[in-house]
Amino acid sequence: MIPVCAVPDLPVGEAVRVEAEVPIAVFNADGVLYAIDDTCTHQDASLADGWLEGCLVECPLHATCFDLRTGRPTGPPAKRPVRTHEVVVENDYVYVRVSVPADSPVVGHGEVA
Amino acid sequence: MRAITVVGASLAGLSAARALRSQSYDGRIVVVGDEPHRPYDRPPLSKEFLAGKASVEDLALSTPDDDELDVDWWLGHKAIALDASRRAVRLDSGEELVSDGVVLATGARARTLPGSGLAGVHTLRSLDDALALRAELAEGGPLVVIGAGFIGAEVASTARALGLDVTVVEALPTPLAGPLGPEMGALVAALHTDNGTRLVTGVGVAGFVGAGRVRAVRLADDRELPAATVVVGVGAVPNVDWLAGSGVEVDGGVLTDARCATGVPGIVAVGDCALSYNRFAGSALRLEHWTNAVQQPEIAAATLLGRRADVRSAAPYFWSDQYGVRLQFAGHRRPGDAVEIAEGDPAERSFAAVYRRDGRSVAVLAVNRAKLFGRLRRELAVPEAEVVR
Repeated sequence: MIPVCAVPDLPVGEAVRVEAEVPIAVFNADGVLYAIDDTCTHQDASLADGWLEGCLVECPLHATCFDLRTGRPTGPPAKRPVRTHEVVVENDYVYVRVSVPADSPVVGHGEVA
Repeated sequence: MRAITVVGASLAGLSAARALRSQSYDGRIVVVGDEPHRPYDRPPLSKEFLAGKASVEDLALSTPDDDELDVDWWLGHKAIALDASRRAVRLDSGEELVSDGVVLATGARARTLPGSGLAGVHTLRSLDDALALRAELAEGGPLVVIGAGFIGAEVASTARALGLDVTVVEALPTPLAGPLGPEMGALVAALHTDNGTRLVTGVGVAGFVGAGRVRAVRLADDRELPAATVVVGVGAVPNVDWLAGSGVEVDGGVLTDARCATGVPGIVAVGDCALSYNRFAGSALRLEHWTNAVQQPEIAAATLLGRRADVRSAAPYFWSDQYGVRLQFAGHRRPGDAVEIAEGDPAERSFAAVYRRDGRSVAVLAVNRAKLFGRLRRELAVPEAEVVR
């Protein structure tokens, strides 16, 4: 598992980017933590810098929204989903368990107590 | 409405076809394009594609979902005349397409300079332009870029990353003073000198030196800049000449209202060729922005189909990637607007600046500050006319 940050360091509405094999973004959407690949599948932009609204993050470059639960874009210009990853909270610390590279239907997320 | 012709097969034209279908139009759609290529994305042409990091396939705009659009593609056909009263589009092949609705999405072309026909002198607008320029940059420099606008700056940046000797010549005293204002224009232009590109400002170009192939660029002050390759990046002109005498009003772009309607029923215009009333700016604007070419067709399709359109006051938006730095701009700056740094440090090439008019924020520029930009662009003031309405 990849350590991300202490739970209080990821308040509601915020996101952090962690370096893994590819960068991963972890979001706190109204108290629920989600992790997805950080780089937009359309062009090089960091989704951790995106605008978060509900379970959607809007790419800061071209405004494609990705659903944090499925990784799927809601419309163009992005064509492909981003991978989602499982978020694990242990001892008040946030970790990410990186999913397999395939287009796996992983919908992992962790609840903040 | 049973048949619609879209003239222009780039982002705006494709977006129009998508918007018509998503708004339940099930009649015929013909898309006419003068290039032989299916719609492709132009922004990478000066960046990843020119650098050899993206392929032709990477540029494709169509997705598998687009197979369901059921579009009749007429590629490699140039529209040469329009008879607005009959909504008839005449093609260079002699054929005529008569339909119930016409979407004008012919875009713009690169402006050229006298002598641009010389070998080694390029403009950059199309895929074929980019392929030709990419091949020449591979031969090495020196490269002279005429015009320090966004295309010129991106080409210079890409060429520097490829290791070429690059000089940028700009006629204005400060690059990008038009869109960004002189203060921010100067800060952004410093990226050139930061990265080893020579920047020559305040001097025009007198002509090209060379027989058959360019050898140098001669400046108005008689200086000569040696050049193996030259890129002319001095703006674009809308492709509207073919509409002369058509019955559609043209004045440096196809005139439309905020709903993309021309003065002729059943004819709308979108994207780079359209000079449309913009509610955010409170004036007509011809925007050569990628995002505009996606947003306007949604409105235009609704107009054609007689549906309610959500004509929001979205602030114009564009971005540019240069020398590893991402610039983002939203809003509309006018001369005289005050600008101040909201966060960050220009010296670090990471900051956001807000433009104000009468105390209201009217535009925002971010340099490597994407997250903050997302917030600041949402705080842009709704124009007064909108508040009253």
